[in-house]
Amino acid sequence: MDLFGEPTEWLPVVFAGLMGVSILIYVVLDGFDLGVGTLIPLADDQEKDRMVASIGPFWDANETWLVLAIGLLLVAFPVAHGTILTALYLPVAIMLIGLIARGVAFEFRAKAPASHKARWNQIFFVGSLTTALSQGFMLGFYIMGLQATAAAFAFSILTAICLTAGYILVGSSWLIIKAEGPLQEKAVKWARASLIGTALGFAAISIATPAVSPRIFDKWFSIPEVLLLAPLPIMAALIGGIIFIALRYLPTKDDSWNFVPFIGAAVLNVLAFAGLAYSFYPYIVPEKLTIYEAASAPESLFIILIGTVFVLPVIMGYTALAYIVFRGKARDLSYD
Amino acid sequence: MMDALLLSRIQFGANISFHILFPTITIALGWILLFFKLRFQQTGEQRFMDAYSFWVKVFALTFGLGVVSGITMSFQFGTNWPGFMEKVGNVAGPLLAYEVLTAFFLEAVFLGIMLFGFSRVPNWVHTLATFLVAFGTTMSAFWILVLNSWMHTPAGYEIRDGVVHATDWLAIIFNPSLPYRLSHMLIASGLTAAFLIAGMSALRFLLGERSDEIKTTLRVGAGLAALLIPVQIFVGDLHGLNTLEHQPQKVAAMEGNWETGPNVPLILFAIPDNEARTNHFEFGIPSGASLILKHSPDGVVPGLNDFVLEDGTVKHPPVFQVFWSFRVMVGIGLLMLLVSWFAVFSFWRCGVEGTSPWVMRAFVLMTFSGWVATLAGWYTTEIGRQPWLVQGVMTTAEAVADVPPVMVLSTLIAYLATYALLTVAYIGVLTHLARKAARGETKPGLEQKSGAAGVALIPAE
Ligand code: HDD
Ligand code: HEM
Ligand code: HEM
Repeated sequence: MDLFGEPTEWLPVVFAGLMGVSILIYVVLDGFDLGVGTLIPLADDQEKDRMVASIGPFWDANETWLVLAIGLLLVAFPVAHGTILTALYLPVAIMLIGLIARGVAFEFRAKAPASHKARWNQIFFVGSLTTALSQGFMLGFYIMGLQATAAAFAFSILTAICLTAGYILVGSSWLIIKAEGPLQEKAVKWARASLIGTALGFAAISIATPAVSPRIFDKWFSIPEVLLLAPLPIMAALIGGIIFIALRYLPTKDDSWNFVPFIGAAVLNVLAFAGLAYSFYPYIVPEKLTIYEAASAPESLFIILIGTVFVLPVIMGYTALAYIVFRGKARDLSYD
Repeated sequence: MMDALLLSRIQFGANISFHILFPTITIALGWILLFFKLRFQQTGEQRFMDAYSFWVKVFALTFGLGVVSGITMSFQFGTNWPGFMEKVGNVAGPLLAYEVLTAFFLEAVFLGIMLFGFSRVPNWVHTLATFLVAFGTTMSAFWILVLNSWMHTPAGYEIRDGVVHATDWLAIIFNPSLPYRLSHMLIASGLTAAFLIAGMSALRFLLGERSDEIKTTLRVGAGLAALLIPVQIFVGDLHGLNTLEHQPQKVAAMEGNWETGPNVPLILFAIPDNEARTNHFEFGIPSGASLILKHSPDGVVPGLNDFVLEDGTVKHPPVFQVFWSFRVMVGIGLLMLLVSWFAVFSFWRCGVEGTSPWVMRAFVLMTFSGWVATLAGWYTTEIGRQPWLVQGVMTTAEAVADVPPVMVLSTLIAYLATYALLTVAYIGVLTHLARKAARGETKPGLEQKSGAAGVALIPAE
């Protein structure tokens, strides 16, 4: 298997890439679930049902990308997995309880006695919000090098809010596609507000990341690297602008172009992610452990890689199938 | 103050105990739903469709709880047991990865189509989706049990620089205890679902419902239980013999047998004393254990004292816990045999309506007996492996994270509170669904057949 050179050289990169892809897919897909969940209190009862119906068939599979991402971290970089997750012990636990709350509320709100429904709606909201906030907190804490300092906490709280705004942007963009009538109009308003929060988040992370690490500072601002990096913020600003303009004209009369904000938000995610990946490479635990030092034995990685290469396209295939089956406007959720 | 090790163990035990409750139902219930659907297609009888539409709701709810508690599990290794992955990650990692890739995505994606796609896809696609969900849950059980069995009877590996490396994947996957553990667990799941179905149907019967649907589900539940339980007892016995070969100290703890020797009695009751290393109030059948385990009254059975090192280090599990959880499991197994066979006999002789209400009450009481037996069985297995985490390779203490005990304590309390609430809510909602069905409120859309598939509308609530 020396066809592509030394496996210890490229396997870690491949796995870091796979992990990145699943985090990215997770953030977009579960992002819209969590965003919709966070918006629940702003809707009336009938709209709430519609909103839940728009994510009902998807959320379980969306959440599985998180399991895959964390699974890949676990199997490909066991040492980093331990270090990162023990450093994030509490936020992880809070996120898990949030995920539990919103996941079970899906089922319970529909099946419990009608008088309990409002309570489960609240749990659904709180669960979604806590999950989004704790994920944002973890992102910030990770960027700040997993150090428990006051600055790190402050920054993490900021990223918590901004990531939540990002999820709300994705969620309301999803609703623009899936909803009709007044709910769709509300979704456009929500998307406008959250676009501002998301933009702030981008700015904050772009300022903090180089400020924390001189290594990243050099990577960003020295010539010729700056030329490599320059397209990212330019494209981000462009996409942000497109979403902003689209939101002024949506919803259109014949409901055309309703997908623009969602696609735009997804692309923003990719850009943000590319920026972070570029800055942190080759480190997996910021400034401490590189992907090469943390990787598992090549034999075991091979076994997983072979499975992944065959199975991942199949997964993508039937995931696409599910989105095709449930395309179009959300209808009432029923097992028919 | 308790130490992080003890707290982490309690937390892990609590999390996995909560998780297993739901998969153990869905693994079998998926297949039972497929059975209802296929029978409906075959016979066109409405009772099978009614059964499907009631149980698919229970399935959806149970599946949701299984998924969210499973997510917690996948983080547990990192947050509390980093040493586990560092040492045996080369074996455990690929197994977990294959579970995600081949099972989780399959069931998660097709669950959506199975639950909400009835009128959006052709009927055969829906049947296929139902099949794939059932197949996916069974695959999850397979992969995770491969890992768990490997932790009990490791094979196909070598240790280099203190880290486990895989040498033979077939030997790892088909390790010595896998066939027994997998079949015993899958049958346990069948029994759990069978008693859940019989119990909830019996509840609806006692509430006055006399529909064809619950007569069918009562027969299916009781019949399935009656069919599986003798097989389960037989497989359990084989499982025990296999354990005797690979983990004799566990069997010694299950039997409460301290001294190696012939003519070891089969102890029916005792209070094993871990400190004094003896049993109090012992009562048993002379030479019984020798007979069961060695098939001869003077067969020599290994005792616990063989597993104490020269320097006094104890290399066997705590006896009291293993001894009693084993008896709870076997006791429930025997009770299941009694109840299910009596019920099947009575349904056959007197019909469902002619059967004594006491049989129905017994089923209601045993609705969740599968849960109790499954938990007891897993406690036997897992506590019986202590002090090892991976038998002979690493101990539990080596794997624990360096997290402050207060932190573990606070998350433990949060998890326990969440789980207690959810268990209450789950059982409450099941009861609510049963009552609603008994009042005939769940079938508003029944008359209006939808489209070519000719199936009724099933609202999600
Ligand atoms: C409905 C559940 C159920 C029932 C009725 C039984 N079991 Fe069981 N048993 C399990 C559910 C279970 C389980 C939870 O599924 C375990 C835990 C690990 C495993 O593979 O199966 C288990 C483990 C387990 C073990 C431990 C093996 C090991 O880990 O080394 C033994 C020896 C038996 N069983 C034997 C029996 C016998 C002799 C039974 C006769 C009545 C019996 N079981 C009924
Ligand atoms: C099949 C996959 C399983 C795996 C990979 C697994 C793994 C583990 C690990 C890593 C531990 C060590 C932590 C500890 O000591 O608490 C453990 C212990 C334990 N497990 Fe499992 N387990 C599995 C299934 C189960 C199930 C289904 C149950 C119960 C319902 C269970 C119950 C326990 C208990 C009670 C302990 C604590 C034993 C003790 O510390 O004395 N396990 N298991
Ligand atoms: C350490 C052990 C375990 C881990 C890390 C784990 C992890 C998970 C995860 C992440 C899910 C959710 C998958 C999804 O998103 O659809 C899940 C579901 C499931 N698990 Fe586990 N699990 C463990 C133990 C077990 C055991 C002991 C069994 C049974 C023998 C089991 C059987 C299942 C099944 C059948 C599902 C399908 C979903 C459901 O029916 O609820 N798991 N598990």
